[in-house]
Amino acid sequence: MAVYLLCLVLFSLGLYCILRKRNIIKIIVGVIIAEYAVNLFFILVAYRMKGRSPILSPDAEILNMVDPLPHALVLTAIVIGLATTALLVAIAMRIYEKYGTFDITKIRELRG
Amino acid sequence: MSKEHEKGMSLIVKTITRLTVGLILLYGIYIVLHGHVSPGGGFAGGVIIALSFIHLMLAYGKETALRKLSKAAASFFESMGAILFLGIALLGFTGGYFFLNFISKGEPFKLFSAGIIPLCNIAICLKVGAGLFAIFVALVLLKFDSEKR
Amino acid sequence: MVELYILLIFMILGAIVAIEVKDLLSSVVAVGAVGLGLSIVFLVLKAPDVAITQLVVEILCLIILIRATLKRDLPFSTSGRWVFNTFVTVGFIALFLFAAMKCLKDLPEFGYPAMRVASTYLKEGLSKTGATNLVSSVILDYRAYDTLGEATILFTAVIGVLAVVRRIGRKRVEEKIKEEDE
Repeated sequence: MAVYLLCLVLFSLGLYCILRKRNIIKIIVGVIIAEYAVNLFFILVAYRMKGRSPILSPDAEILNMVDPLPHALVLTAIVIGLATTALLVAIAMRIYEKYGTFDITKIRELRG
Repeated sequence: MSKEHEKGMSLIVKTITRLTVGLILLYGIYIVLHGHVSPGGGFAGGVIIALSFIHLMLAYGKETALRKLSKAAASFFESMGAILFLGIALLGFTGGYFFLNFISKGEPFKLFSAGIIPLCNIAICLKVGAGLFAIFVALVLLKFDSEKR
Repeated sequence: MVELYILLIFMILGAIVAIEVKDLLSSVVAVGAVGLGLSIVFLVLKAPDVAITQLVVEILCLIILIRATLKRDLPFSTSGRWVFNTFVTVGFIALFLFAAMKCLKDLPEFGYPAMRVASTYLKEGLSKTGATNLVSSVILDYRAYDTLGEATILFTAVIGVLAVVRRIGRKRVEEKIKEEDE
């Protein structure tokens, strides 16, 4: 249970960074940290005590494997996370080019 | 020093890159082709293949890398991967339903086994690798007015 | 399981450094450290596929973020209004943690998952798909619709990046606006 709590603490750090920071790059950092925490939570749920990785071996039969389904979900989610991070970075660079700053409060003042 | 040496990084970096970039590409292809027998698969292998081209671009400058794999070729490969994946899925209708594993399973623990899974791995590898390379090229080619000065 | 706790605490410390440090490049590098720690955690939790993918994706993510932070100046100033913002944020996070604690009681105990669907995959995976890597058989055979949707999202993200970055279309629109103004 303590492992889940540490994972939630990591997610809360990402949430704090998203809500509190003013710099766009810091907000992207917060999004990345929250995404890591979610991926970690899925893999933690899938773990089985003294389990083996879900890959069959030719000689021995393996009985207690970990759950392969969350692994498959997380595998796609990681690549999607990279693509969305790249999209966020592209939008942030466009904002820097237009306004000359990464500070969101100054962008709000400079609108129009 | 000729003019070609001035672009990109120093001579040491270029020499090491020339020696290692082929190995990285081969490792990516190995991971893709053995995705159904060992850890790995289309996603990881595709990103490794994209990283080998990005490695070339970081060391030699964008002209050399774009000569190996141009932006049009990257977008062609990405669309090709998507169409290949969808085509494999649609070919399943020959036996009954979408995503049917219509090729014979073969013998387990061999390279040529598991029906459509290696083909799907190759399609996803093309899609992911070309897509991420296109994203990186787009971000590198974006030049700001402030950086030009 | 001691190494799991050590790695998680290392990741939390890395996240705190990444959030609180002033220099943006240091922040991005600290995020890279968190991601590499996450890769080792996946390896400890017996998920080698996810560990390989996380490792390579982390490197590419780091390259893209460093590209965004080079040659940028970033001032960090806090005015009075942001104290109120901090209180709201901390309250929101406390509410979230409270709700999450309630939900955690319904989860199965760590190390003993409820494998209703996955036990079928583990039993019949080899005979039905022929792949010995069961994660691969789940991705590309049992749940291939997920992968198709992932490919769509990746395609959309690439189109989005190219549309945001390109410069020709924007200039034409600006010229049109200028002509309309005249």
